[in-house]
Amino acid sequence: MKFVDEFRDPEVINKTAEEIRRLADPGRHYRLMEVCGGHTHAIYRFGLKDILPPNLELIHGPGCPVCVLPMGRIDDGLALAKDPDVVFTAFGDMMRVPGVQGSPLEHKARGRDVRIVYSPSDALKLAKASPEKHVMFFAIGFETTAPSTALTIMRARAEGLHNFSVFCNHVTIIPAIRAILDSPDMRLDAFIGPGHVSTVIGCRPYEWIAANEHKPIVVSGFEPLDMLQSIVMLLRQLKAGEAKVENQYKRVVPWEGNRAALKAMNEVFQLRPYFEWRGLGFISQSALRIRDSYGEFDAEQRFNVPGVRVTDPKAAQCGEVLKGVLKPAQCKLFGKECTPEHPVGALMVSSEGSCAAYYNYEHRKAVASSLAWPA
Amino acid sequence: MAVVTDSTTPNVRFREPQIEMAHGAGGIASRRLVEGLFAPLLLRSPNPSLNDAASVEIGGVRMAMTTDSFVVKPLRFPGGSIGELAINGTVNDLAVSGAKPEAIVVSFVLEAGLPTEILEAEVRAMSSAAQQAGVAVVGGDTKVVEHGKADHMYISTTGIGAYLPGIRIDARTVRPGDKVLLSGPIGDHGITILLARGELDIEADLRSDTRSVFPLIEAMAHEAAPGLRWMRDPTRGGVATSLNELARDCGLGIHVFEDEIPVRDSVRGACELLGLDPLHIANEGQFLAVVAPEYADAAYNALCQTPGGEGAVMLGEVHEQPAGSVLVTTRYGGSRIIDMLVGDPLPRIC
Repeated sequence: MKFVDEFRDPEVINKTAEEIRRLADPGRHYRLMEVCGGHTHAIYRFGLKDILPPNLELIHGPGCPVCVLPMGRIDDGLALAKDPDVVFTAFGDMMRVPGVQGSPLEHKARGRDVRIVYSPSDALKLAKASPEKHVMFFAIGFETTAPSTALTIMRARAEGLHNFSVFCNHVTIIPAIRAILDSPDMRLDAFIGPGHVSTVIGCRPYEWIAANEHKPIVVSGFEPLDMLQSIVMLLRQLKAGEAKVENQYKRVVPWEGNRAALKAMNEVFQLRPYFEWRGLGFISQSALRIRDSYGEFDAEQRFNVPGVRVTDPKAAQCGEVLKGVLKPAQCKLFGKECTPEHPVGALMVSSEGSCAAYYNYEHRKAVASSLAWPA
Repeated sequence: MAVVTDSTTPNVRFREPQIEMAHGAGGIASRRLVEGLFAPLLLRSPNPSLNDAASVEIGGVRMAMTTDSFVVKPLRFPGGSIGELAINGTVNDLAVSGAKPEAIVVSFVLEAGLPTEILEAEVRAMSSAAQQAGVAVVGGDTKVVEHGKADHMYISTTGIGAYLPGIRIDARTVRPGDKVLLSGPIGDHGITILLARGELDIEADLRSDTRSVFPLIEAMAHEAAPGLRWMRDPTRGGVATSLNELARDCGLGIHVFEDEIPVRDSVRGACELLGLDPLHIANEGQFLAVVAPEYADAAYNALCQTPGGEGAVMLGEVHEQPAGSVLVTTRYGGSRIIDMLVGDPLPRIC
């Protein structure tokens, strides 16, 4: 398959892995953070850790939108779905994420109208097809998915729809990276930059990381070879004592980003003064809300949202794992109270969450030999 | 106060307060329901082997018996329909138990208001599938529920079959060094259904793989019956779930060679787009077999030479470690554990 097979060619992968081993100074410990959950997933799915030198540590970053969503937001969104005339729609990623009152899938099992959509425009289509219902789209994601939500809202306005709204949880990536860098217990050498987000925002917004924080950052694609090439580029910078922004994912990411997408976002959204991130706490100017001029499509303005606030269980160390201070398996609940089937923290839910990825692909590899299955 | 305990009280381990969709999705939750509630209360044997078909002895003759219900949306999809699935599904459960499907009884749950035209089309589909599979439909039952209480129709089929000579399918006979065979490309059925629901706006030239796999199994058994240790048709939950069940039942590690996994480009493309793993996608016309090494080539060649078995591959092999797990290995030396499906496969978007 084109654009996939070339980036999974074992021969080239082996060569690149060799280059990494050559570049990595055996006397030094490297801590590279992959910001994006898609990268975390790829690292485990392709077993990349097996072919990287042991002194090169990959730290999983905050770029999994499902993982950083505070639990109360899920309960808030689902509270609206209690009305039998409301259809709750969301991406598949959201469906198993637990709120205090259960996940969207559990609400569906109890008879609420909860549906998976593949894009916000599908939710809009549903609204057009069922005028007797109100269709609410539970929007999540970074700048990757925010433009399509914005365009859908603009289309709803243009088509004069009145039975469609968005419960907006869109967040922005730069403040999250800043929060990580500001954290005193954080020691990172460099960043593997998020590929999909950058197709929208471009590479310029990362320049402060290189200039002010003196950390190299390489925007990377998601195939095994993409990630290995990005690591090579980072190691070369570190070896030369440089810190700059580089773009490995040129086939998709333009340096300046996508102007049309940014324009649509700016038309519909404005920054919230602050927003709560699960595990990271309140971060100022880190999330988007729908502008008052589009208020009729804002579920939060249109309906009475309970405003549920839930603190994560004390024993759960999602924040430390999100910031890269702890490895997933070092959390007290990991693999015991918290498993992909019965997640306590959101990092265990999404396949991009570092705990779920670690559990599925790595943890069982390590403990498989000692696992006893009931007969 | 004395506590009276009944020493015959079966060990019910299923403690979940309500049934969720995941309990029917064929993955971990389904297994917990079966092993924790159904098996202890309903099955006579304390340690049943959970094969696709049960083995019953009537008048000194051992027969294979199985039942399956079919709830499919939409009823018709490229390459098949609920009627065909209802026959082929039960035929295949018998076939992978090493039995020749002989007779089937059918139970229909119909929704009031269902157009006769639709019912007739499905009955015709069942008739031709049964004919093709060489199995007789010998009886049935019909119930009608109120409009809105079922998605048009549900079909249950129960089948009985005679074991092929010299065959014994049991995960507990699997040994390290055994080879894992797969009959052909995976994921066609699950992705076809996903696309046929029309919610995705992805177009692909794809058809469900629904078919009877008995001819393939018969050909393989003819050449390698003594070496056939285990078989399964990887329906809901896909190849990954079936192999995990095997790994747990035999307590060994199943190694799968990533490069050998046969997946059509259109299925791969849809999976890449949706963030799904083809190993978790349902199939309706493929099967997995574990064969003793000395019979592996014979079984593989027999498969390849039978019409419909041209796409068969040696998918992997059985090792001691990682015990109870399935390990996928790549040519560049990476590896990952692949688990059973948790719940339904959910597309990953953001």
